[in-house]
Amino acid sequence: MSTAQLIGNDPGWISLVKGLLIFVVCVLATLMSVWGERRIVARMQQRLGPNRVGPFGLVQALADGVKLALKEDLIPKAADRIVFVIAPIISATTCFMSFAVIPLSGKVTLFGHKTVMQLTDIPVGVLYVLAIASVGVYGIVLAGWSSGSTYPLLGGLRSSAQVISYEVAMGLSLVAVFIYSGSMSTADIVAAQHQWWFCVTLFPSFVIYAISMVGETNRAPFDLAEAEGELVGGFHTEYSSLKFALFFLAEYVNIVAVSALATTLFLGGYHALPGLGFTESWLGGWFTVIWFLVKVLFFFFIFVWLRGTLPRLRYDQFMKFGWKVLIPFSLVWIMIVSTLRVLSQQGAPKSVVMGFVVGVVLLVLAASTLIESSKKRRVNEDALGEVAAPSFPVPAIPGRETINRTEQLNG
Amino acid sequence: MANLALEVGRTLQPEAVMFWILAPIAVAAALGMLFVKKAVHSALLLAWVMITLAIFYIAQDALFLGIVQVVVYTGAVMMLFLFILMLVGVDSSDSLVENIRGQRPASIVAAIGLGGLIISLISRATLGVETVGLQDANSAGNVQALAQALFTQYVWAFEVISALLITAALGAMVLAHSTSTKSRTAQRDQSIARFRGASLATAAGLPGSGVYARHNAVDVPALLPDGSPAPTSVSATLDARGDMLSSKPFELEAKEVEED
Repeated sequence: MSTAQLIGNDPGWISLVKGLLIFVVCVLATLMSVWGERRIVARMQQRLGPNRVGPFGLVQALADGVKLALKEDLIPKAADRIVFVIAPIISATTCFMSFAVIPLSGKVTLFGHKTVMQLTDIPVGVLYVLAIASVGVYGIVLAGWSSGSTYPLLGGLRSSAQVISYEVAMGLSLVAVFIYSGSMSTADIVAAQHQWWFCVTLFPSFVIYAISMVGETNRAPFDLAEAEGELVGGFHTEYSSLKFALFFLAEYVNIVAVSALATTLFLGGYHALPGLGFTESWLGGWFTVIWFLVKVLFFFFIFVWLRGTLPRLRYDQFMKFGWKVLIPFSLVWIMIVSTLRVLSQQGAPKSVVMGFVVGVVLLVLAASTLIESSKKRRVNEDALGEVAAPSFPVPAIPGRETINRTEQLNG
Repeated sequence: MANLALEVGRTLQPEAVMFWILAPIAVAAALGMLFVKKAVHSALLLAWVMITLAIFYIAQDALFLGIVQVVVYTGAVMMLFLFILMLVGVDSSDSLVENIRGQRPASIVAAIGLGGLIISLISRATLGVETVGLQDANSAGNVQALAQALFTQYVWAFEVISALLITAALGAMVLAHSTSTKSRTAQRDQSIARFRGASLATAAGLPGSGVYARHNAVDVPALLPDGSPAPTSVSATLDARGDMLSSKPFELEAKEVEED
């Protein structure tokens, strides 16, 4: 039986149980990931991180959450009250919705009922996730606008521009996956990766998706919508108490959501690592959930690693990167992938395919050489000519002869 | 009329319930869009109408169309609208003064023309045509069937529309583009100008507000070593708005200077 049939046979109460499980897992994941992020970043900065509340500080996030909820709830005078209240609700509800189509496990037995841990399977599942993500941005943008204050407005503006730009790159990176799996349903895409994961066969798509998923979730180094150094808190500057907690929750659930989608599309979903396929039958299929969680945790660790390592991009550099690098690159890549796909489907001889691949490689090499040489020329043009010596003593610049005016005067 | 609806196809119970809940909301939101004062509220209500339409599409087995409606219209087009509207500010309502002469009659003519076009198109597509049924139309899969129709039967219309859209986008860009008279100073140029300029006074950046003054708020000018205030330490925006505190009370008294 296929996944869609299995899900179709679910009675209503099983769907309810699944929905509840997804919700609980997401909220728990948020609590744990806040703790995990603080501990990992602390390690990277030679600190210990939270270790007081509970064993290893595990309950720290819960304590912080309770504290946050008990704080005073402020609505600024200049705010648009209705939109100000709606915005965090939009953020917090949409972030859970994308989990409906993520396959968390293979075939399992839930209360004596054969099913899979996936709420529903629709033929355009991945597009559904994109749609939900684009609605979720409304929360951030509206929060920025409705606060009636300058910094949040700038944060909201940045975020809307950012999401429009990076959703294009993200959508394009998915096209290659659709072409190779022949489907847009998440269950079919996972099934298509039983032999080779798409992160190997479609490596460039994987890279583009991984970059744009960081941009999509407003995380460092792309956290321009809430850049603390520039915009105080960005879109959530004016929010406090539970409303702020909802944004906080949404951010972390979104991280888990994009990681889960990346796992599904590129890392073989709930399938075991190569060579460990025998584990999939352990625990009656529930072991696949562990594989899935391990892969999601891997992505989460990358998120934290990026945050601990990279400085924030300047806004114009960020936009330039999205429009002038990621999008053209993924367009070219889609052309290559679809040509290869058509060649193999039409049964073209191996020599033709090889010739095409060699031709593409040569073209890429030629293009990169041209870009390199033009870059060098630009650097040469930029070089500063000889300038008059300053009128005050300066330390010698290595590799350049300088005349110190004071010495001249004294000598 | 009721019989006609029954002939075309029976509406299932859950679908009918959903329709009677969502349709009034959609109509109310559409009316609200026309009558609310703030442009952003209007945009939000429009986004809501789009989402309810998407739900209707999905309920009628047009899954792909519904999802694409949300991705493209709600996610991208409305977001661009919002992007522009947000710059208008939270307090301002729409100005109702007409700038273009003859806009009203022209828009009425255009609206009637578009309405007539849509009605004639829909009637051509539905009147006197045998209904195929969703089951048959989606037999090869919803996405596949749509792709089949779009890239074989309607490929010419598809290409024409995409050419039209690209032309419109390019035209808007060309018309809105203006070349600036002087080249923009980049971070690098500014840095060079600071150090190679006439004075090195601002090489390390402008002074921060409130330094050595009585308060360190953003609207209080800093004091220079001689006790005089430094107006450059306060943001030019605050100054223009008249929010900069007078620098008089912050100056050191002349007597002290004399003692030195």
